[in-house]
Amino acid sequence: MFSTGYFLQQTLNGVILGCIYALLALGMTVVYGILRLINFAHGALITLGAFFVYFISFRLGVPLIGSIFLVLGFGALMGLVLDVVAYRKLRGGPEVALLITSLGFYIFIENFMKMIVSPQPYAFKTPTYLNALFRTQFITYRTIDIFIIISSIIIMFAFHLFVKRSKIGIAMRATAENLEVANMMGIEINKVITVAFILGSAIAAFTGFLWGAKYGQISYDMGFLTGVKAFVAVVVGGVGSIPGAMLGGFLLGLAEILPLALLPTSFAEYRDGIVFAILIFILIIRPSGIMGVKEEVRV
Amino acid sequence: MSNKRIIPEMWFVVGGLVLFIVLYVLNQNLNRYLIHIVILMGIYSIATVSLNLTNGYTGLFSLGHAAFMAIGAYTSTLLTFPLALRESYELPLLPAIFGGPERVWPFLPALISGGILAAVAALIIGAPVLRLRGHYLSVASLGFMVIVTTFAKTLRDLTRGSMGINAIPLYTNIYWTYLWLFITVYVVWRIVHSRFGRAMMAIRDDETAAQVLGVYPMKYKLMSFVIGAFFAGVAGGLYAHFTKAIRPYEFSFVLTFQIVVMLVVGGVGTMSGPIVGAFSLLMLRYALKPLEEHLKLYGFIELVYAALLIIIMLWKPEGIMGKRQLKR
Repeated sequence: MFSTGYFLQQTLNGVILGCIYALLALGMTVVYGILRLINFAHGALITLGAFFVYFISFRLGVPLIGSIFLVLGFGALMGLVLDVVAYRKLRGGPEVALLITSLGFYIFIENFMKMIVSPQPYAFKTPTYLNALFRTQFITYRTIDIFIIISSIIIMFAFHLFVKRSKIGIAMRATAENLEVANMMGIEINKVITVAFILGSAIAAFTGFLWGAKYGQISYDMGFLTGVKAFVAVVVGGVGSIPGAMLGGFLLGLAEILPLALLPTSFAEYRDGIVFAILIFILIIRPSGIMGVKEEVRV
Repeated sequence: MSNKRIIPEMWFVVGGLVLFIVLYVLNQNLNRYLIHIVILMGIYSIATVSLNLTNGYTGLFSLGHAAFMAIGAYTSTLLTFPLALRESYELPLLPAIFGGPERVWPFLPALISGGILAAVAALIIGAPVLRLRGHYLSVASLGFMVIVTTFAKTLRDLTRGSMGINAIPLYTNIYWTYLWLFITVYVVWRIVHSRFGRAMMAIRDDETAAQVLGVYPMKYKLMSFVIGAFFAGVAGGLYAHFTKAIRPYEFSFVLTFQIVVMLVVGGVGTMSGPIVGAFSLLMLRYALKPLEEHLKLYGFIELVYAALLIIIMLWKPEGIMGKRQLKR
């Protein structure tokens, strides 16, 4: 019914969407592991990052390579601001307070963007060298596809090494394991959490650029469902586990694209529904996710 | 003992009478625009009070309230939609078990059916999802909302898809709305001041401790979720018969967020908080609306809502009406 080429092509699309989800899930899972916070504001960073690149690169004429580094810095700065302004004050309070606040920040940023950039979607035009088309016997791809896959792999690998090997990465894992004990062992909890926010936000802002470059369109509300789906990826992969977040991201990307490609077109509208049906299904059969460890309730 | 039991009930009767006298006076004297706002305040209050049952008293942070409102709105619309228009709107006639093709339902049974269907949906989705810990529930209920919106867009035979249904008969008036608000407040008040309510609050404060004391959390969680969904469904039905037009995207995250803001600003887990929150935030909305339209800053009201939410969470997390609790 479908040719091998078509199937491979759609798998490639799924993998690329999966890369985007996985990159977002990295930041979310680290923050969730430490603070038990579903950071809705993480999604807003995608929007901010995409528009940041749009304005400095296409309006101000900064070369794209330079703006990629600038967007990383911008995301890091936003993460720092969010953490210092809001989340630090709420630590130690009820978990739901953090959730509500992050929701408030998401809506704040979204509507701020709506006010300053107008509700219309913007066309995100990448330079021609990122749009060059390659055809092989089976699949067709653009430079940007390769760029997304390679940069995702580099970021994931670097992040993994950072968390496993570096001193602050080890402190991060200790804090995620048990915040109070880590504190007693002399780990500066606030510093660890700030680093987690800065890294996650920088990656998220960069992902915003990838999104714009791949799909060619950015809008003020692009971050919400993407951010929530990234959390779905976190849950599917197993909360708090970094390899789990990557796996969850790829699985979710494939699960979103392949039904769309293989089922008749009338099912296309069910796209978001399918993603959340998977979430509810996973939560029912295996709440700790594929690679997660079952959480024990401590009294 | 019997004295103590009767006195609050008396207050409800007296309060209800005063309420309806006030409503009568308002209805006679206000212009249509102001009455429109007063009715909307009532509908939002019903949604917020019912959300308070789960989010405030049971401590389950659900973000799917708009989904239940959507179910109630579409159900009551389909039951009451006028026969003469059904063909041109490509809406089906009622099947035989609902009274056959040549009949439509009166307003009140349709409204209640909408609520019941929303409650059934809550039962089906709640049974698996409520086993999860708090923040998972938030995302799962958000997912449920997306699924419901997806169905509202795709089941074109019932909902006309993204076009939505308009020309819904206008049944909702100020009396219906506030009668339902009165019922909602009374039911929530009765639940909260009973064994069930105390069990719910025990689960909120410490689920493990409540379990140790013999409270079976699932039962109470599910009950508060289902009752909250019933009133959300009723609020959705009232909304549909008030605005006369419903479209799937109206019941999306924006609506949930508004209700959550009203609840948090008013005071989570208080009796008066949700109503104060709904009234004050809608007042704010209609006060800011001319400004937003004049300056063409679309999104400004939502921005103010979000800022209010953040400010309340950072400096007065118990809300306007809440009392500060001791830190544990």
